[in-house]
Amino acid sequence: MNFIYDLHRTMMSQKLILVYQGDFTQETTKTILTMAERSLQALDEDPALKRKVFNVMVELLQNIVKHNEELMHAGMESQNAIFLIGREPHRYTIMSGNPVHKSRVPELKGNLDRINSLNRDGLKDLYKEIIQDTTLSDKGGAGLGFVAMARKSGENLWFDFPEMSETYSFFCLKVNVARE
Amino acid sequence: MMEALHLEGTEDAPRIVLDKKKGLMEISGRSLPEDSTEFYKPVLDWIEQYAKDPNDSTSFVFKLEYFNTASSKVILDILYALEDIRGIKVMWYFNEEDEDMEEAGQEFSELVEIPFEFVAY
Repeated sequence: MNFIYDLHRTMMSQKLILVYQGDFTQETTKTILTMAERSLQALDEDPALKRKVFNVMVELLQNIVKHNEELMHAGMESQNAIFLIGREPHRYTIMSGNPVHKSRVPELKGNLDRINSLNRDGLKDLYKEIIQDTTLSDKGGAGLGFVAMARKSGENLWFDFPEMSETYSFFCLKVNVARE
Repeated sequence: MMEALHLEGTEDAPRIVLDKKKGLMEISGRSLPEDSTEFYKPVLDWIEQYAKDPNDSTSFVFKLEYFNTASSKVILDILYALEDIRGIKVMWYFNEEDEDMEEAGQEFSELVEIPFEFVAY
């Protein structure tokens, strides 16, 4: 039973205030948002900070759901993903990890590298460019969610794609939001 | 006379009032639907009808607390649909402490030929 205590200690040392692992649907997204919002409310955070954290959560969670739907449309099974929120003295970290098909990795990396290379004005221009592009489906948006997260964060997006199997990589994404 | 469209808001969907007779057109609250195209289809259909025979002047109100990126594309579609209506004006409400929402309104205003009025509350 040691793993229970280990997991608890990991959560404490990583300052995690919320961890969810499982199937991600629109319904779970709603539930997680409600829980997280209650935590932020209880912590009496600054409203502007709360809004930024909430916005990042929405985009990250909907991103997980979207990737999961893609896997299922491709005839693969729904896969477990993980969502975490950490609260340190100087920042919030909103993190996700979800399986993606390996063929998606170059595009995701490309989008994220491009976003990290841009400053505030560059991100604003890219955001406007993407929302004006009517050829994109409402699902994709060529990383519009990432652009929005980067704008809310004001810092680079941290990502990694450790290998899960021959078919899947695990897409890890971390977004920092500074507590002023 | 056009029928009014009235949707009560929920924790992740905005409240929508589109009423030609009363001259009320407002989207308010939280707009976080994942499938924003489907959610906003009745709104775009309503505006398309309204544009054929609009009132002499039209104030379209956005009073949003949150919106996701899926909604931002549709908000732009709504603005495009409003663009050719004579006497159109957008009232963009934002919480006085919410700079991001004010900036979002400014960005939309730069993408369309519609006068925007910004109102802090």
